[in-house]
This record gives sequence, structure tokens and C-alpha cells, in this order.
Amino acid sequence: MLRYLLEKEFKQFVRNKFLPKLVLFYPLLMMVLMPWAANLEVKNLRISIVDKEHSAASNALINKISGSSYFSNTLYAQSYLDAMSHIESQKSDIILELPLDFEKNLVNRVDQEIFIAANAVDGVRGSMAGTYLTSIVKEFSQEYMDTGLKAPGIEIISLSKYNPAMDYKLFMVPALIVLLLTIVVGFLPALNIVAEKESGTIEQINVTPVGKYTFIGAKLILYWAVGFVVLTTTLLLSKYFYGIEPLSGYARFYLLSYLFMVVVSGLGLVISNYSATMQQAMFVMFFFALIMILMSGLFTPVASMPVWSQTITAANPLKYFTDVMRMLFIKGSNLGQLVKEITILAGFAIFFNFWAVLSYHKSS
Amino acid sequence: MNSKESQNRNIIEVESLTKKFGSFTAVNSISFNVKKGEIFGFLGANGAGKTTAIKMLCGLLKPTSGQGTVAGYNIATSPEMVKRNIGYMSQRFSLYQDLKVWENFRLFGGIYGMKSRDIESVTAKMLKDLGFEKERNTVVESLPAGWKQKLAFSVAIMHNPAIVFLDEPTGGVAPEARRQFWELIYLASQKGITVFVTTHYMDEAEYCNRVTIMKDGAIEVIDTPQNLKSNYGVNSMDEVFYELAKV
Repeated sequence: MLRYLLEKEFKQFVRNKFLPKLVLFYPLLMMVLMPWAANLEVKNLRISIVDKEHSAASNALINKISGSSYFSNTLYAQSYLDAMSHIESQKSDIILELPLDFEKNLVNRVDQEIFIAANAVDGVRGSMAGTYLTSIVKEFSQEYMDTGLKAPGIEIISLSKYNPAMDYKLFMVPALIVLLLTIVVGFLPALNIVAEKESGTIEQINVTPVGKYTFIGAKLILYWAVGFVVLTTTLLLSKYFYGIEPLSGYARFYLLSYLFMVVVSGLGLVISNYSATMQQAMFVMFFFALIMILMSGLFTPVASMPVWSQTITAANPLKYFTDVMRMLFIKGSNLGQLVKEITILAGFAIFFNFWAVLSYHKSS
Repeated sequence: MNSKESQNRNIIEVESLTKKFGSFTAVNSISFNVKKGEIFGFLGANGAGKTTAIKMLCGLLKPTSGQGTVAGYNIATSPEMVKRNIGYMSQRFSLYQDLKVWENFRLFGGIYGMKSRDIESVTAKMLKDLGFEKERNTVVESLPAGWKQKLAFSVAIMHNPAIVFLDEPTGGVAPEARRQFWELIYLASQKGITVFVTTHYMDEAEYCNRVTIMKDGAIEVIDTPQNLKSNYGVNSMDEVFYELAKV
């Protein structure tokens, strides 16, 4: 019986005008575009400089700033007001004002304040520009003093473990796999079931001897197979497009991805059981997807959320799988190191599928 | 035609069957029998409880109280055995629109446990009888409504069930196509398949061997169309229905 149902599901899938294209192009689109678009690295910062002194020292500092890789564009302003107009017309992210006695104070080693004003409308850019500029100025004054007396100091060299170049793509690619699997394996089979409810074909199936689990099982098998295609396309793209491969090797990657597929397809089934129409199902999914994705650490780290919202993320299966994926890709963790995440995901798998079975009974 | 003994055997036996949804009684203690090979019409206005009753008989809904057997199996305790022995065609056309004609036959044949070889021969024969051979590879979606209806009926009886339930099978179909559809019903009945049909069309009620008319969840009358007409002193089932509705 399962054979005939599988035949039906595969034929319907292949014959669908939209789904096969979605499954092929969605991963492509996500993998090619998203790592660039969802990039939190701040580049192309612009600075406005008000130099009141025009001395050798101020020129040296300005050269150092415009020569650094942080600032792509240096604007010169006559006055602070002039510089503000740059900020207001969004030509600049930060203002540096050098005072009249800049060189004299520097030579005499008198403590002095220079004025930095960052645009906080785009907070991330503003604060990054502030940090970069402060470090350049510090370095400059250090160098200036080095020509005279050398002050003993501690130099801090930071090293990013596992992702030494702080490559944002290495951070995003594993997360995108989580997103893709949630949509393809979690939501598509659920929509498929609701579509059969809407068209009335499920009513026909319900009066036949087909077991409910056989019927749904055939759909899940199809989408688990589709999940394999999605995973493989994604891996190939990540390898040949970005040169990123899971450090853990492929066996662990596929194994844990399948664990996650069982979790999300279970969640999808629960939603399908409570939805009578596609519209209803879509909205419920949209609601959950948005919250689960934002609260998963996919785009913004969970560790920087407030404590109360970190508590909420503990109930989000996407969070654990995002962690797992990053650990597999970036750290090459083995199963032993992931015991906690695997246990929790298995718990979710049992919970959602058990709930799906229970709620299915009620709905008929 | 059926022999005397088999005509006397009841294929459906229902005794005080009741279904309540909360405080609402959809079906109120109905009792009736359907004989093997009979064409049994199940009539009533919208909301009279027809669909609820048919769902209980097909094993889709558990009765709140009362007894019922279909094809010898208890509808409350062994609904899965009931499902194996019936065919069903619903109000809405419920074959797969995106599958081809032969693929629908193959799917439902397979579901009822038919062998692949048998499915092929039955499909070929049914399509030939319908004069439908050239549409074997057509996707169902692109067929006209009347054809879809006939196809759905053929699929519903391809596993040769003891009884077939038709829930308003001719809704939204042109009169000529309705007539052709009833010819199919007669053919099935001649093969010994009992037909249990609900309908809105009173002219169709005339084609049934016996009819029952439901009102507010209860059975008002149960008899042959001829007897009903003479009892009410009218010429058509339409008028019988009208007389009943007045009370």
C-alpha cells in the first residue's frame, strides 16, 4: 500500500508547477545571496574631519585615518556645523574635530581632548566607526610619543579561534541550512496535507483502508528525500562557491540534519492538524517561523540577548540545531561533544511527533 | 438480477443510531435496513443529518449510541473492516486532479490491496465500458465535470465492494450527464453492488428501489417511491417531499 502512496506523492511533487523549482532554486538563492546580504561586518565607513590647526601633526593624523582600511571616504569640513551637515545628508558616519593647539599639546605631552561625534541613527555603524577611530588616534599618539620616550606597555593580540579570519560566511552558511530545512522539510509537507484537506481528497482517503500513519508517512518520506536533495545542493554550493565544508565530515552532518528534519516535520504535522485551510496554516507557520528564526541565534547571537529572552530560546529547536550546525562546520565537533544538543533535539522530535499523533486522532 | 435469498439479506442494518455534537443532535435514533443489491435513496433537506449518517455508516464518525452493521461489520467497533468492504464517492469530486486517469485507478486499486496486474485489467475494462480509453493518459484536471463524476464512480467500485456510498454524486452536473450517471448506477446494481445514494434531485429519487426521507435528524418515511406517491396521493417525489416539509 505504501508503495502506491509513495508513487502518488512523487508523481504529484514532480508534476507540481512550483515545488520542484522551489526546491532547486531556493537553496541556490539563499546560498548565493544571503551570506552577502545578511552580513553584519561594517564596511565603507565615512568620516568628516574638522581640522582647525592644519599643522604637521594634524596632517599626519589625517593621513593615517584616510590611509586606514576602515574608512573608505574622508570628507573635510570647515567647521563643526559644516561636518554636521555631512552627517545629516548621510554622507558621513562620524565627525573628528582637531583643536587649535593639537600639535603643541602633543609635543608638550599635555593631556588633551579631541572631539569625536558618531552618528547613532545607524547605531552599529556609528559605534564601529567610533571604535575604529579611537584605536587609530591611540595608535597615532603612541607612535608620536615613541619618537621620544618609550613607555612600557602591554600589547594585546587577539586571535579568533576556529574562525581566524572572522569570515562572516563561515558563520552564516551553517545557519542557512537550518533555515532551508525548516522551510522545505517542516512546512512543505504540512501545507501538502492541508491542501488535501481543502481539496477534499483526504476525505476520500479516510474512507479507504489506508492507515492514517501510512498516508502521512508517504508524505514525510517524500519530503525527507527532498531534504536530502536540499542538503546536498547546499553542501555543493558551499564547497564550490565559498570553499566552506563541514570540518566534522559529511556523515555526522547528514545524521544530525536528519534528526532535525524529524523535529521540524513533526512540528509541521502539528500545525497541519490544527489548520483547516492553507491560509490558516500559512499564517500559523509565518508566526512561528519568524519567532523561531529571530530567537535562534541565526542572525544575532543568543548570548547578547537579555536573560529573559535567552530563557525563551531554550524552548526553540532551531537554536540547538543552529548551534549544532556551527559546531559541525566551524569546530568539527564529534557526537560526544554534542550530546546535550542531540538529547534536546531528540526530545523535541518525540514531543512534536507524539503531539502530532494525538492531535490527529482528535481531528477526525 | 439478484436471487430471492440474496435480496432478502440485509447489507446494512441500523438500530437507533444516534449522533450528538455537544447538545445538538444531528442524527436522532434512526433505524433501517438496506437489502443486498438494492438502490437505496437517502433524501432530506440540507442539515437534515444525511451527511452525518453516511459518515457513521462509512466508519468516519463514531456513533454516540445505537447499533449498526455494514457488510456484516459493526460500524462502531470495527470501522476499518467496514472501510475495506465499501466504496465511497463524495459530494465534492475527490479524485486526484493532478494525476492521470490511469494513475487514479492505480492508486485506489493499490489502496484496496488489489494486485498490480488486476488493477491494469480492471482499469482497461472500465475505461472500455465508459468509452473512455483515449483519455487514459489525460490528467484528470482537464476533464469535463460529468466525466470526472463517472470516473470517480468507476474508481469507487473498481475493487468490487459489497456496497457503494454516493454522497450527492450528481451535484453541479448537467441533466444529460446525470442521466448517464444513473445508467452507471444501474449497471453496478446489476453486478450485485448495493448502492446507497443521497441526493437533492427528487427526479433521481424516482430511480431508487426504496427511499427514506430524513428531517431534523430523524427518519420521516421509508418506502418505495411508488408507495410514497400513492400514500400521499401525488404524482411525483417532488410533491411527496413538499407534503412532508409542510408538516
